[in-house]
Amino acid sequence: MKSKSKLFLILAAACLAGWAFITIIPLYWMVVGSVQDSAASASFRPEMLPGALSIAPYERFFAKTAAWRWLANSLLISTVLTITNVFFASLAGYAFSKLKFPGSKAVFWLLLSTMMIPAQVTLIPLYVLVVNVFNLGDSYTAIILPTAVTAGNIFLMKQYMSSLPTSLIHAARIDACSEFGIFWKVILPLAKPGLAVLAIFTFVASWNEFFWPFLITNSTEMRTIQVGLASFVFAESTDYGAIMAGATVGALPMLILFFSLQRYFLQGITIGAVKG
Amino acid sequence: MQTTIAPKRRSAAGRFWREYGWAYLFILAPVLLFLIFTLYPVISALVMSFQQYNIMQSTWVGFDNYERLFKDDTFWKSIWNTVVFTVCTVPVNIVITFVLAHFIYQMKTKWQTFFKATMYLPAVASGVTISIVWLAIFDPTDVGLLNRFLGLFGLDPVIWLGQSKTALFSLILMNWVGSHGAGIILYLASMGGIPKSLYEAADIDHASGWTQFRAITWPLLKPTTLYLLVTGVITSFQVFISVYMMTQGGPNFATTTIAYLIYQTAFKFYEFGLASAQSFVLAFLIILVSVIQFKYFSSDVEY
Repeated sequence: MKSKSKLFLILAAACLAGWAFITIIPLYWMVVGSVQDSAASASFRPEMLPGALSIAPYERFFAKTAAWRWLANSLLISTVLTITNVFFASLAGYAFSKLKFPGSKAVFWLLLSTMMIPAQVTLIPLYVLVVNVFNLGDSYTAIILPTAVTAGNIFLMKQYMSSLPTSLIHAARIDACSEFGIFWKVILPLAKPGLAVLAIFTFVASWNEFFWPFLITNSTEMRTIQVGLASFVFAESTDYGAIMAGATVGALPMLILFFSLQRYFLQGITIGAVKG
Repeated sequence: MQTTIAPKRRSAAGRFWREYGWAYLFILAPVLLFLIFTLYPVISALVMSFQQYNIMQSTWVGFDNYERLFKDDTFWKSIWNTVVFTVCTVPVNIVITFVLAHFIYQMKTKWQTFFKATMYLPAVASGVTISIVWLAIFDPTDVGLLNRFLGLFGLDPVIWLGQSKTALFSLILMNWVGSHGAGIILYLASMGGIPKSLYEAADIDHASGWTQFRAITWPLLKPTTLYLLVTGVITSFQVFISVYMMTQGGPNFATTTIAYLIYQTAFKFYEFGLASAQSFVLAFLIILVSVIQFKYFSSDVEY
């Protein structure tokens, strides 16, 4: 590419810095607002630069809610969903990319086509099925089961595994390794970077999921942190300090995860989305 | 999908399962989940949309639900709101994403990483978190960040979410400032894939920067733009969390989107049949728009 002038580069950098600033401000304000004491007054004005730091908003948030339970629920659900999605999506992805069997293409495209159907279509029968037929309302199983493995994740794993060398599979087969043994001992170790990316994205998505847990849970104890936060906002809409504290509690684990695994996040997005 | 048949003799079926059984076993879980939690609900929703649905006893009403919704002003209002929201957010976001990616591409590797990370950061926060913070930013008094900003110019506080004429715009504004990180990273990956020789050839021909952009960069990035366009529209058509958290569809239905209307019809008024009909209209719109986008926007450039 033509070497750009210095002036252009400086202007570009200034634009980027400006936009980055705008992007970060809401999150920054959330964290800063959560460590200033508002004393629950409606006239509370969170300042951009905190004066005296206070953990009082956090104390109020945890005192008024079942936040520890919500966090534990979210952690449990996200962990289970990550394990089931990584395991079943890589297993199916392996089958669709490396094994030949009748109907393979048809089943794959049928699974994939479900990604086009908006969630709203299946929502109502799914709710009736889970609550009235299976009688699973307000349970972990109800939250986990419908997304235990998603078509999108299978697609990602199929894409990823297509790039793995087939010769190793043949070699293992000659050594009389069972098909599951090949998957477990040959494919999984080779696919580790892809699995890591899938795990991270599934974990974050499950942690942030709102709608389905919101519909399916009734009791306070079964809420996830996201659903609990929403209910807290409607109950305590004037206590900005505590609300900001709650929002921070819900987001902070993911922010920390992002800072420690940044590389995977930034590389992972391109799997399956960009050709070549 | 039975896979555990253990044949004693060498039958054709036995050979079939020995050869393919593993593969079927490997896809068994997703297929079962798909049958129970997707295929059955889709068919069931279609049936429901022709019913006055009741858990005990549903009655068949033919096209009544569809007739009802087409005569319903709120339904048309919700479609209008959704379309306005989509038209105002998706193209603007793609332009912002493209410009940011184009700028980042010129930077040194170290700075590229820094800006990619900073731009992506907000995407890690949930819709609930983002909505909570923006509720505070849009606070109608001078507590809100936005009104404080207006105050710097001596302007009066605006009741952002509380009045019909600004509520939908507020949601659009919030969406503009949302995260463009994922799109930026996709664009950067595609930009890296454009052969350098094309630009070198253009330089030899003394093609201007703008010509290079129009003739090389933009057409070759079309697949990525199409991807962002399609996924952007699909997401935007289903916008729910911000509406639920911030305006509850109000004031005076100014922010009622289709997704929010479906939720309300189903889980506030328990009109499952009508809500199913609404959801099929949404599905139809999404598929229609996606097909149009693929048809008129897909790339005919090979490189």
